[in-house]
Amino acid sequence: MVKPAHPLSADIAGLLRVRARWSPLEFVFWIIAFATIFLFPNYYLILAEIVIWALFAISIDLVLGYAGIITLGQAAFFGFGAYAAGLLAKHGLITEPTLALLASGLAAAVLGFFTSFLVLRGSDLTRLMVTLGVSLVLRELANRFPEVTGGADGMQGITINPVLGQFRFDLYGHTAYIYSLIVLFVLFVIARRIVRSPFGLSLVAIKGNPLRSAAVGIAVNWRLVAIYTIAAAYAGVAGALLTQTTAFASLEGFSFERSADGLLVLIIGGTGYLYGGVIGALIFRFGHDYLSSITPQYWQFWIGLFLVLIVLVGRDRIGTWFDPVRTLADRIAAWRSKRRARAIGAASREGGQP
Amino acid sequence: MLTILFDGIAYGMLLFVLACGLAVTLGLMNFVNLAHGSFAMAGGYITLVLVNDMGVPFSLGLVGAFVSAAVLGALLERTLYVHVYNKSPLDQVLFTIGLVFMSVAAVDYVMGSQQQFIQIPSALQGQFEVFGIGMSKYRLLIIAICGVITLALQLALISTRFGSQLRASVDDQRVARGLGINVGVVFAVTFALGSGLAGLGGALGAEILGLDPVFPLKYMIYFLIVVTVGGSSSITAPFFASILLGIGDVAGKYYVPKLGAFVIYTIMIIVLIVRPQGLFAHGRAR
Repeated sequence: MVKPAHPLSADIAGLLRVRARWSPLEFVFWIIAFATIFLFPNYYLILAEIVIWALFAISIDLVLGYAGIITLGQAAFFGFGAYAAGLLAKHGLITEPTLALLASGLAAAVLGFFTSFLVLRGSDLTRLMVTLGVSLVLRELANRFPEVTGGADGMQGITINPVLGQFRFDLYGHTAYIYSLIVLFVLFVIARRIVRSPFGLSLVAIKGNPLRSAAVGIAVNWRLVAIYTIAAAYAGVAGALLTQTTAFASLEGFSFERSADGLLVLIIGGTGYLYGGVIGALIFRFGHDYLSSITPQYWQFWIGLFLVLIVLVGRDRIGTWFDPVRTLADRIAAWRSKRRARAIGAASREGGQP
Repeated sequence: MLTILFDGIAYGMLLFVLACGLAVTLGLMNFVNLAHGSFAMAGGYITLVLVNDMGVPFSLGLVGAFVSAAVLGALLERTLYVHVYNKSPLDQVLFTIGLVFMSVAAVDYVMGSQQQFIQIPSALQGQFEVFGIGMSKYRLLIIAICGVITLALQLALISTRFGSQLRASVDDQRVARGLGINVGVVFAVTFALGSGLAGLGGALGAEILGLDPVFPLKYMIYFLIVVTVGGSSSITAPFFASILLGIGDVAGKYYVPKLGAFVIYTIMIIVLIVRPQGLFAHGRAR
């Protein structure tokens, strides 16, 4: 043990606790999320898809929103997880879905760990290139070894066993949705814990200024490796979920479009607070549905237009759609912490709030 | 063996003409233009319409591709791109991806999604047989045109006033501005020229690279490889990078068809690990 409770470190711990506290709005958010299970039984399939997009966007948020690494290749891990889950199920290596999910996530994490060293080097452009290159290499590999992956036709003949040996995947996506939602919730809580920890704070510092962070003693490279690996695991789990809920894995998982769409999902919702991914996924998927119903083949045009407009209008302004809600949440959290601080009798500090 | 080398060089030169505009815009404004391939595609489709539907001669079709792509580039540069230069790389990436998506869908809507072919005059079809090496006439033409363009670019860059202004702006924008060079205009002209060259490359390369609406997505990575591997500080570096890439790709696809494009992606990643600033860069500060 290090020195116990220096007054300053106690204060810091207190501040961190305040940051990490769940605001009532977050409870409301998740209660609504779980209420959808009972409210919209006819939309399970599309909802499950939204959950997968959300998880994928959260993975990008961890790298981009917190660590500031621009990536165009998060699909590498998505596809890797998707094929890992497909292979595990097809060859009967791990038949229980939750375990297979975990294994696929780990596989993607290993890949993420090894490719993270490529990302550490060079400028934003080099990072773009390397992340994009990695996903293209994997796509090419999957394409060229059809005896393992099914090649361009995708991997067929996957049978997914019931979750925990109890809940069989049905045609209406009942199990698929509830299963995905629970996975999303668990992973979200973990991600939330990660980004609100001192480690998460150090990432934000690195994003702000890598040089200064290094100067105050943050091991910049290792922090980036760590978050990149974690984010890879998240993307891998998202891919594995897609394979498990659709019993199909295809090259599309590795595609550039998936990375770009994932980025778009995150940008719609706003970066750097984790909920952006979930909200963005909702808007993106229903927007996609709406646009496809008008112009079935050319919805990509509207997505492109949307991206261009976002940038021209200013991303910061778009990201602030939800700012009133966030300030409200912050106020409530601050008020509660003050009350609590008074109750304990410790001096409440104003400083340190951004 | 020599035929592969020949094809590789033709392919590489084509890539250079396609990508050199991107190299300059990147070096000049630090701007990541992922939509560069869209201009190439525009050039290709314009030639297609001119030659196939309107019966314009092939050579005039190529000129048309260059001019229209350049005009398109200048137009977009002045109206849209100027707003994005000072934004973060993420914004630039999102913006240009958006443009790519729009161009893909728009071309799909207007021209259909199938692969199209430009009718090449019969004089350009067939092969020469020189020292037992089969050389297709069309590829020879590509090498000739691209060689002339490369030489002209190099000369223009070294010995004209605009060339020195451009080099000055690339080296240090602030000082160049301080010397009274209008960097904005230099950039606009270069952007238009680069887009025009991309359009010309798209029209010339339709025979080899194919022409369909997903062209910008399919070849984006190739352009980026040329630029990152070559570095963006001069014309010669991307030139050698594209020749290398062309030969590597053709040879890779011929000798190890199983691995396909895998070869060049791997080469790119390795180069970027060893020399993050580009293969031929002399350790630029930026």
